[in-house]
Order: sequence, then structure tokens, then C-alpha cells
Amino acid sequence: MVSIELLTSLVPFFPLLGFLIVAFGSKQLSHGATSVIACGAVLVSFIISIILFTHLLGISTGEQAIHVTLFDWISVGNFSASLSFLVDPLSSLMLLIITGVGFLIHVYSIGYMHDDAGFNRFFSYLNLFVFFMLLLVMGANYLVMFIGWEGVGLCSYLLIGFWFKNQAYNDAANKAFIMNRIGDLGMLLGVILIFIHFGSIQYSEVFPKATDIDTSTITLITILLFIGAMGKSAQLPLYTWLPDAMAGPTPVSALIHAATMVTAGVYMVARNNVLYALSPIALELIMIVGLATALFAATIALKQNDIKKVLAYSTVSQLGLMFLALGLGSFTAGIFHMATHAFFKALLFLGAGSVIHAMHHEQDIRRMGGLKKYLPITFITFLIGVLAISGIPPFAGFFSKDEILASAFAHNKIVWALAVLASLLTVFYMFRLLFLTFFGKTRADHHTLEHLHESPKSITLPLMVLAILSVVGGFMGVPEVLWGSHWLSGFLAPVFAPSSKFIEAHHLSHATEFILMGTVVFFTLVLIGIAYHRYVNKNHVPAGDDQPLGTLPNMLSNKYYVDELYDFIIVKPLYWISGLFDTIIERLGIDKLVSTIGNSVVPLSNAARLLQSGGIGYYIFVMVIGIVVILTLAVIR
Amino acid sequence: MINTIPIHYYLWLAAILFSIGVLGVLYRRNAIIIFMCIELMLNAVNLVMVTFSSYMNDAAGQVFVFFIMAVAAAEVAVGLAILVMMYRNTKTIDINILNRLKW
Repeated sequence: MVSIELLTSLVPFFPLLGFLIVAFGSKQLSHGATSVIACGAVLVSFIISIILFTHLLGISTGEQAIHVTLFDWISVGNFSASLSFLVDPLSSLMLLIITGVGFLIHVYSIGYMHDDAGFNRFFSYLNLFVFFMLLLVMGANYLVMFIGWEGVGLCSYLLIGFWFKNQAYNDAANKAFIMNRIGDLGMLLGVILIFIHFGSIQYSEVFPKATDIDTSTITLITILLFIGAMGKSAQLPLYTWLPDAMAGPTPVSALIHAATMVTAGVYMVARNNVLYALSPIALELIMIVGLATALFAATIALKQNDIKKVLAYSTVSQLGLMFLALGLGSFTAGIFHMATHAFFKALLFLGAGSVIHAMHHEQDIRRMGGLKKYLPITFITFLIGVLAISGIPPFAGFFSKDEILASAFAHNKIVWALAVLASLLTVFYMFRLLFLTFFGKTRADHHTLEHLHESPKSITLPLMVLAILSVVGGFMGVPEVLWGSHWLSGFLAPVFAPSSKFIEAHHLSHATEFILMGTVVFFTLVLIGIAYHRYVNKNHVPAGDDQPLGTLPNMLSNKYYVDELYDFIIVKPLYWISGLFDTIIERLGIDKLVSTIGNSVVPLSNAARLLQSGGIGYYIFVMVIGIVVILTLAVIR
Repeated sequence: MINTIPIHYYLWLAAILFSIGVLGVLYRRNAIIIFMCIELMLNAVNLVMVTFSSYMNDAAGQVFVFFIMAVAAAEVAVGLAILVMMYRNTKTIDINILNRLKW
């Protein structure tokens, strides 16, 4: 029987091994061998994660966590950092999601990427991503988390620009990387401040000391860390990279830009719940940013016509809801929504990928329609995903979204109303997407229709598994009002226990909660009806790109011109300044200085070389004089 | 017995030999003479070394002298070879003819 510590360190080891084998053997390995190695590595990690999870469940007394220190990494002065892992209920849940959903997406990729020339490269990147993501959630100190944090950013960059022959995709990859760097700087500063004030970067040493540090410092640290989360989790104002990140292959969008990497910010805030609980200002900021992002992205999604862009903005919006929950202090609700979102958003992306695959890389929903009879399995699973994200009971999204809305209601009625608005917008655009893609008459051209076929097993199987998870995933957090016991909050309680002292728990009466649920579900159904009427009965199709729209729709379809705004206030001035530096400082300053020195040396050396007359007697004479002078000086000393 | 002669006699002798060497190198134009003057300077130095070695009862100075003599022998071999080549090319051993060793 191997020890639990060894098992823990094996979790990230296998994806790393898979990466190394596939990366160094990418020329030799056949596609079949790559699939087995890459998927196998993640599957083994998943199995180990389950073992760790059951082990944690089995611990009834004492601390519910596994600490593993592999080695001391850096030890300089009073700074020390070790490569150490911490598996507690929170990271254990993350492990299950990353390796579980990750494995399904690996399997899906076998079918999706089967005729791609970069098949082996793709799988090596995916395995590397899983490795870094595991480091991120398993790290027992901020440094290991930061390594994972940067590593997933790198893999995200590599995978967005996977088809690197397309310059637009490369630009998207650069954009994602640069946006993330802005956030990462905040993150790094936060970690440095933590070390300065706490004298350690180990979670187990930082959190107990949190109450000794004054609130303003904590606020500064938490806001800096949150800036990192803004970048990674695509919150206002750093969200613009995520919709562009859809340039990557669809499995990447599902794994990195929906289920795992973008939720790293949520994980990070939840991990630091003690610090955040001590800083009401930071929590308030998170709440506002989350809510604003949720609303903002949801409105943009209403007018997008690219199937993946709709899902991308939906992801941004849902991430906003998670941060809203965190900002309200209900960390469990945020993590709960993150888990269910991982299921149904991965499902939706993979379903969209299946559609794109079947339609020969057509992504515009205006040229789809009526696909349900051609792609029955994709349709049913996609429908389940849409129902789940819309919060129809008893699908997964209902429970998690309801919990967020309930805590918003207890906090502030306006916040609640805006959150409900954001989630209702979600319902509308998701059903718009569903109806335009699968219902009505088909608008695809004849050639595409001829080749239209249901995707292979490796694509449909992960869809079915994720669909099942999207149905039952919510049952891990059935609230008491619906005669459940909210298993998840009990499971996560040890992680959030230290912060619960500082956040007053909200208690709504069961009657209020029932009314809230009823209201939201009622409006959800009404909106589904409206969407059905508009897009199925009336066969409304969004206008083409060249047709004029009204002011507001135009604004929405152009994403509020945020990209143009950033271009105008940041990129253009930057170009202007660099042009200025080029002409004035570089050409007139540095270049002038260097050439002046260079040019003045030439006449000087022309004069000096005449000293070399070539006469040997003269040379010897000068040499003897020189020796005499040196000796004389030495004697005088 | 050697110690009955005061040390400064030896040193003066060496200094004079050395100076003759230096002046010879500076004034003469015949390459062979210059060569011999260089040998003279080397031997002046050898003489100083042996003197001090003897007066201070330390064999290191004499060991050095052996090395210098070995090096000087090698140098003579190379130097005379150069002189032969020089004579073949210019039909003279006047060093002022070799004034193209510049720039």
C-alpha cells in the first residue's frame, strides 16, 4: 500500500510525464499512442484524485488535509519556499473537476483533432496545461500557486495560437498573454506584500496571522491579488482576451477557457477567504466587479452570432456571478457554481465543437438551424447544457445559481435584482443560441448538408457523461429549503471555517427562499417562451453583418466598442510614445552620441599610427627608455 | 674563497656588462652584433644571480641561471635562423633595411 503522501505528489506527476513523453516523441509517436499516453496520464491522475477525495472523506477527526513537502526549493536569508502540496476539501474538489473534466476533454480531442497535423503537439500542450493547473490548486504556498498560475497562462497562450499560421489567431494569443500579464503583476505584488508583512508565503503560516495585520494592509494585498484574478478570470476591465481566445481549438475553449483555468481566480479568492473576510472593502469591490461583469457580458452575448463567442461571453458573465457570490461572502456558493459551471459549460463548448466539426468549421449560427434531426445526440446533450445554465430545476445550474441569488437577496435587494437580470439575460441568449442552431429550417448550404453527420463516439461519449453530470451535479448542494442537506457546504466547511467568524451569515426564511426561486423560475420560463416565439415560430434570423442595426443592437454587436476604446487610450498612445522615443531619443540622442565617439576615434588613430615608423633601432630605443622610466619610478617609490 | 671578494665588485662588473649590452643594442646596426649584445645582457643578469645565490647560500639563483642559459640557447637557434632568412632575402643583415614592419 503506497502512502497517501506519495499518491498526492503523483497527481501532478503523471500529466507532466505524459507531456514529456508526447513532447519529445512527437515525431515518432503515432496518433493512437499519443492518445493512449495523454488520456491515460490524466485518467491515472483522476483515479488518484478520487482516492485522495475518499481519503479526505474518511478523516473524521483533526485537520481534514494532506500536507506534502517534496523539497526545500529556495532558502535565502529569512525567505524560504518549498515545493509543497496541500490537499484539503477545496483543492480536492478542484482536483476532481480538473482531472475529471480534463479527461473527458482529452477523449473528446481524440475525435475532434484526429485529422490535424499538430495532433501530438496539441496533446502535449493539453497535458502540460493539466500539470500546471494541478500545481496551481495543489500548491501549499503562494509561490507554487504562482508557478501554476503563470504556467496555465503559458499553455493558454500556446493553445489559443495553436493554429499559428493564422495571424489573427496569433494576435488573439498575444492579447490573452498581455492582458494576463497585467493581472499577474498585481498578483505578484500581492504575494510580495504578503511575504513582507507575514514573513512567510506558506498558507498554513499566513492565514492564522491574518488577524494581527492591520486592515488597510490586508485590503491592499487582497485587492492586488484580485487584480490577478481579474486577468485570469476575465473580469472587467481585463476580460477582452477571453472572447478572442476562442481562436483556439474548441476542446481548448472548453477545458481552459470555461472549465478550469478561468476559474483559477475564483479558487484563489476562495483559498484566501480569511484575508478577504477581513477586508470588507475588497469584498465590496469583488461584488461590484462581479456583478458589473455579469451584466455587461450578458448583454453583449445577446447580439453575438458566432456560436463560440456567445459561449465565451456567457462564460465571462457566469464568472462574474461567481465573483458576485465570493464578494457577498458566500464562498461555498461561488465554488459550487464554479463546479456546476465546469460541467455545463464544458458540455456546451464540446457540443458547440461537435456542431462545428459536423458543419466543417462553420461557426456562424445564422448559417445553421434545424440541426436537431442531423445531430440528435449533440442536440439532446446541448439542450441539457442550456437547461442547466438557465437554472431550470432540477438541473445543476439551478441549485448553484439559486444559492448565489439568495445570498444576494439577503445582502441587498438591488444587487439581487441586477443579478436576476443577468441570469435572465443568460436564459434568453442561451435559448436564442439553441433555437437558432438546432430548430427551424436549416440555413446551411447544400454542400455542407450533404456531409452533415453525427460526430464519432469519442466526441459523443464525453458529451453524454458531461450531460449526466450537468443533470445530477447540482445535487451535491441541495439547500435545506428543498429538503436537502447541502453536502457541499458541509464538505467545504473546514476550509471556510476561519473566515466564517468575520462574515455574518444570512438567513432567509424558507418562505422567502421559495418565493425567490418561484419568481426566478417563472421569469425564466417566460423568457424561454419569448425566445421560442421569436426564433422558432417567427423564424427570426439575426441580420447579416452588412445590414444596419439600431443604435443599441449595433453597440452590443460591437461589444460596446471596448476593444476600440482600449486601442484608442492604450495602444495608440503607446505607439505614439514609442515613435517619439525612436525619433528623438534613439536617433537624435543615442545614435548621435555613439557615432560621434566612433567618428572622432578615426582621425585620432590616423595620427597615432605614424608612431609606428618601422625602424627596429627606434623601437628598441623606445623600449629601453620605457624600461628605464619604469625602473626609475619603481626605485623612487 | 669567493666570499673574500666584496659583493659590490661583482655587481659593478655586472652593471658594466649590462650597460655595454644595452648600448651595443642601441647603437649597432649589424644584427649579429645586436644579438651578441643581448647575450651579454643575459649573462650580466646571470652573474648577478649567481653572486647573490652564493652570498645568501641559496641554490635557487643558480637554478634560475640554468634555465636562462637553456632559454638563451633556444633563442640563439631561432634568432640565427631568422638572420639566415633575412640575409637570403635582403643580402644584408643591417636592421635599418627592415623598416617595413609598420602599420
